[in-house]
Amino acid sequence: MPDSAIIIPSVLNGLTTGGLYALVALGLTLIYGVLHIINFAHGALLMLGLYAVYFLNVQFGIDPYVALLIVPPAMFALGYALQRGIIGRASHGRDENILLVTLGLSIIIENLSLFFFRSDTRTVDTPYSFDVIEIFGAFLPYPKVVAFIGALVTAALLWLLMSRTDLGRAIRALAKERKGAQLVGINADHVFAMSFGLGIACLGVAACLLLPSYYVNPQVGGGFVLIAFTIVVLGGMGSFVGALIGGLIIGVVEALGGLFLGESLGQIGIFLIFILVLIFRPTGLFGAKA
Amino acid sequence: MADTKSTKTNSPGVRRREFLATGAAALGVGITGFPAVLRAQAAPVKIGLIHPVSGFIAFSGSQCRAGAEMAIADINAAGGIKSMGGAMIEAMLADSQGKPDIGAAEVTKMTEAGVHGIVAGYSSAISLATSQEAAKTNTPHVVDVGVSDSIVTRGLANTFRFSPGYGKVAEMAVSNLDTINKTAGSPAKTAMIVHEESLFGTGTAELLSKQLPGIGIEVVDVIKHANPTRDFTNIALQIKSKQPDLIIPANYYNEYVLLARTLRQQKIEAMGIYSVLGGAASNLQFVNEFPEAAELIMDCNHWYDPKSDLALARRKAAEAKGLIYTYEIFLAYNAVAFLADAIERAGSTEPDAINAAMASSTWDQHGMPYGPTKIVNGQNESAQPVNTQVQKGAIEVIYPAEFASAETVFPMKM
Repeated sequence: MPDSAIIIPSVLNGLTTGGLYALVALGLTLIYGVLHIINFAHGALLMLGLYAVYFLNVQFGIDPYVALLIVPPAMFALGYALQRGIIGRASHGRDENILLVTLGLSIIIENLSLFFFRSDTRTVDTPYSFDVIEIFGAFLPYPKVVAFIGALVTAALLWLLMSRTDLGRAIRALAKERKGAQLVGINADHVFAMSFGLGIACLGVAACLLLPSYYVNPQVGGGFVLIAFTIVVLGGMGSFVGALIGGLIIGVVEALGGLFLGESLGQIGIFLIFILVLIFRPTGLFGAKA
Repeated sequence: MADTKSTKTNSPGVRRREFLATGAAALGVGITGFPAVLRAQAAPVKIGLIHPVSGFIAFSGSQCRAGAEMAIADINAAGGIKSMGGAMIEAMLADSQGKPDIGAAEVTKMTEAGVHGIVAGYSSAISLATSQEAAKTNTPHVVDVGVSDSIVTRGLANTFRFSPGYGKVAEMAVSNLDTINKTAGSPAKTAMIVHEESLFGTGTAELLSKQLPGIGIEVVDVIKHANPTRDFTNIALQIKSKQPDLIIPANYYNEYVLLARTLRQQKIEAMGIYSVLGGAASNLQFVNEFPEAAELIMDCNHWYDPKSDLALARRKAAEAKGLIYTYEIFLAYNAVAFLADAIERAGSTEPDAINAAMASSTWDQHGMPYGPTKIVNGQNESAQPVNTQVQKGAIEVIYPAEFASAETVFPMKM
């Protein structure tokens, strides 16, 4: 049994880690909810975002948080181009093709990264890398607290975009009734590409907030993508609130699982949740409302 | 290699090629009017390099491959295998992807393609699989980094290891720690071991757990973690609650970075961080990126002899190529050079001859703190780890005394 004094710090840490997971899952749930694309390239694109943040820092001295002004827009453009130029064209509207195209993209991106960036694990050393914020006796790393707040803000902005803007209405209309939306003049190809771009821009935000407390190498995305899929299933596919709450739950479950079952076995809890949700609530916690 | 006399094979095929080459040379002289000396090119010696250049240990695998390729380039530049008419060494490359079964499958492909010797496979699990597969055809196999003792205790006549196994490493880690602690007045009484979950971490942790109480250090907890582990706060909190005098990590680089960073964030101050087979004090990248966090950390790990001109020249050559000089590079380099030396002395690519030459090896051109190789059941008994410590941003050897470049600083904090 772990010391009871470390349970609260562990839960608080789990929440901040969960915020990071939620950031990665937000883009995935947007892409699935609208396009019904299960994006297997999500991890590889996160890795690209992390490299962008890394090189901006190392080559130009740009702080990862300042890179929020550069990387998410660039990732948006990349996502838009990928959907419009490759995924949309190559899939011919068939879901199984989309799966294979995104899987192929992930393999290409990872291998190109291995070739160009080599397999070195790289980190950035910022003035705040080792700073902590003390809450209820727990030392929470400053970059993780910022990431947690970033997840809340990103989820709120996405919700506002979807509920209060014409683009959001167009996205929701296409998600619910594609032909009907097209009949009222919505340019489906453009809106699909905007949705994919937004999903990838979320990864850009995640990359800027993740790198100060993590590292990047060509395989780094793999460690997050499975967690992100679990969060999307738990929260309900296409639900931003679900992705946020799901991320936080997974973060806390991982932390407590590690504490009580041991660090090696602790991740079992995450996948146990995945199976239980699929059996008892296949639409996820917020799926019905999504 | 340099002291071996040059011999030339006289097979009919070679004579025919020589005849053709001489004819071509004569033709060349006739056409150009310049003298030309052409000889038959000896058949290349094929050495298979199987490393995890993709997957979760891709960095280490790529470093191994880089070191092995540097060795091949150096040997070829020096005239190749002289006892075989200057035969060039040809690398056959394969990626095990960090998976033992794929590593074994690559061995099968290579043996079918006529490989003469194999250097593999960075991790213990992969090395066990590749050497066992190579044993089916008696293909000479040198393990470059894999540290599991069972690699060389299965009685495989084709399997050799130039570097030390974790039995020897753990023994020396404990013995040197005892000396360091006693010299400082025995302030350290407790330790916590944090290790990764594969064969290397688990095996090392088991050995240390058994041996540390023998030197008066109680192991208060052993924490195993997965690869990858994305967050080390829980582990840091557990360390904090038990307040050990020593923290002993045994994990791969990615996890080590996060662990070291988290220990600092959680303001954990132990008397020492003493890594075994991995850690800041044997990794120039970590020292360069986190000089303050790395300061005074100690490792017991593979390292080159800092007083060897040969080792320093190799480090310079590797760094000129833009490589970070990690232990994977010089161990893989030496594994290839050790195999090449055996082929040179065997004067043949026959597996039995190469294996016999490796078994009787007394090679000393390695730049390691070992002395000449002394092979017993495939293991180089001369191989040993050293203790290193980060001091003022540089990695210094602190034990054994004959290779030391600096005095030990311990405890790091009281």
